[in-house]
Amino acid sequence: MLLTRTAPSVLRAAAAAATAGARAHARRFCPLSTLAVLEHKEGNLLPQSLPVITAATKLGGTVTALLAGTDAASVAAQVAKLNGVSEVLTVSNGAYDKSLAENFAPMLQENIKAGGFTHVVAAHSAFGKNIMPRLSALLDVQQISDVIEIHDDSTFVRPIYAGNAIATVKSSDDIKVLTIRGTAFPAAAEGSGSAAAVQESSADPKVESSTTWVSENLAKSERPDLGTATRVVSGGRGLKDKDNFDKLMPPLADALGAAIGASRAAVDSGFADNSLQVGQTGKVVAPQLYLAVGISGAIQHLAGMKDSKVIAAINKDADAPIFQVADVGLVADLFTAVPELTEKLKSEK
Amino acid sequence: MTALRILVPVKRVIDYAVKPRVNAAQTGVETAGVKMSMNPFDELSIEEAIRLRERHPTTVTDILAFSAGPAKAQDTLRTAMAMGADRALLAETDTELEPLAVAKLLQRVVKDEDRNLVILGKQSIDGDAGQTGQMLAGLLGWGQATQASAVVVGEGGRVTVTREVDGGEEVLELGLPAVVTADLRLNEPRYASLPNIMKAKKKPLVKRAVADFGVEVGARLQTVKVVEPAPRKGGGKVEDVGGLVARLKELGAL
Repeated sequence: MLLTRTAPSVLRAAAAAATAGARAHARRFCPLSTLAVLEHKEGNLLPQSLPVITAATKLGGTVTALLAGTDAASVAAQVAKLNGVSEVLTVSNGAYDKSLAENFAPMLQENIKAGGFTHVVAAHSAFGKNIMPRLSALLDVQQISDVIEIHDDSTFVRPIYAGNAIATVKSSDDIKVLTIRGTAFPAAAEGSGSAAAVQESSADPKVESSTTWVSENLAKSERPDLGTATRVVSGGRGLKDKDNFDKLMPPLADALGAAIGASRAAVDSGFADNSLQVGQTGKVVAPQLYLAVGISGAIQHLAGMKDSKVIAAINKDADAPIFQVADVGLVADLFTAVPELTEKLKSEK
Repeated sequence: MTALRILVPVKRVIDYAVKPRVNAAQTGVETAGVKMSMNPFDELSIEEAIRLRERHPTTVTDILAFSAGPAKAQDTLRTAMAMGADRALLAETDTELEPLAVAKLLQRVVKDEDRNLVILGKQSIDGDAGQTGQMLAGLLGWGQATQASAVVVGEGGRVTVTREVDGGEEVLELGLPAVVTADLRLNEPRYASLPNIMKAKKKPLVKRAVADFGVEVGARLQTVKVVEPAPRKGGGKVEDVGGLVARLKELGAL
């Protein structure tokens, strides 16, 4: 089945023939093959796609990366250099630029059929959450969302109940569709070996989407991306209003080189944009340092940050639940402690 | 304007304020004697259906609430009707259904009840899968808008949805029929008033066994075990900002 995808070019055909024997051999003992569905924007691979490749390699079979959209071919070169990627498939069709599930899912279905893939993996991002369940229904399989551990090719671990329980599940479906939690797998790094072969896929059903993309409004930020930042400072209701949030949080974040997050209370009260929300219904982060400022620590919030390496908290309520998970707690009025901390960090730089 | 016949699926889950406990046998989460409520995201979908009717009184002709679950899920459906749903349908089962199975039941309900708009919560707070709406849209071949923070029905029967995406929001336009899933910012659900709770008791609620739907609902996933997450130990407190910085350095976080 792999051979049906080999490119028409003579050079590529020769290269494919050279590896085909090795692949067929590998397949006999290890019939697994994984399709890693990757995200890109403005000609660059998005950081949430790097752990997807790592998770794909843990499944044990060959890993084929798929990129779709106008820029697919140019991003493919970056992906081909990554460790663990055996092949890159591109679907260079502008119809996929906005990642609409209505045409993206059938396109994936066609590629899975053509490539005979046993596993399909994508990030548990807005993209993966939107498209993968639709694909799963088309394939008639029960998807496994937000996977944090891969035991073997059919056994996976995922958090349920806002991370208050960890379930191990075994899938009996022929094709396993997974979305993975990016913070649970390391990012794939660029390898030293030769780059994987890049091929344009011939599987593009060109399904019409009944949905049209109108516009987008993305928050512009010079700071690290919240989902992948190594340090996060997060503000809650204790900041009292948006002015305080805007006055205290950005200088602290800059002094630490951190991304800014917020609790749901802060978002609901209009202190911060919804895209900054950390928690069960917002982003899940696991940075080296998570500093919670004026956040009490409701279970929905903890669900989004309790896998952080070090948690620090500043809160004036000594009984706030956040102190039960914080490695370092400071009981203090944040309006004096935060500026002092910011100054101290700056002076030590 | 196209008449809107809305389906709102709701799920009975452990109340969001309760901290769930894993049972002794490690097969799941303890539900006996635990307070149950409507999944918070489903309250948002009902609220949105009712608001659509308030904005377009003649367009929304019927709001049907649906649940698949134990007999007690009737309480959840009564709540939905007290908020404003016209009638309810329960697919009764004592086994936990996976999202794919629920999507297949919903596909059948959409056909039997001639629905053209389904509004679901973006995820249930027990399984946290976030799949059912998208699976239903896929099975039906309908347009989908997930994680909606605003829904506007236009004159030509087109639905404009603002949706939450990583880093901001995007706007999509869908033709009917369509599936929409609700995100937290979509609205503020109303409380059911006492008179409305009384009225809801008289609204029709039809119960059918899951088997009667003629849909394959067998589990594809086997739960091997469920455990509590490794507990984090609070590391104690420091006296001042200087102590905070020093401790963070010790821990290698600075």
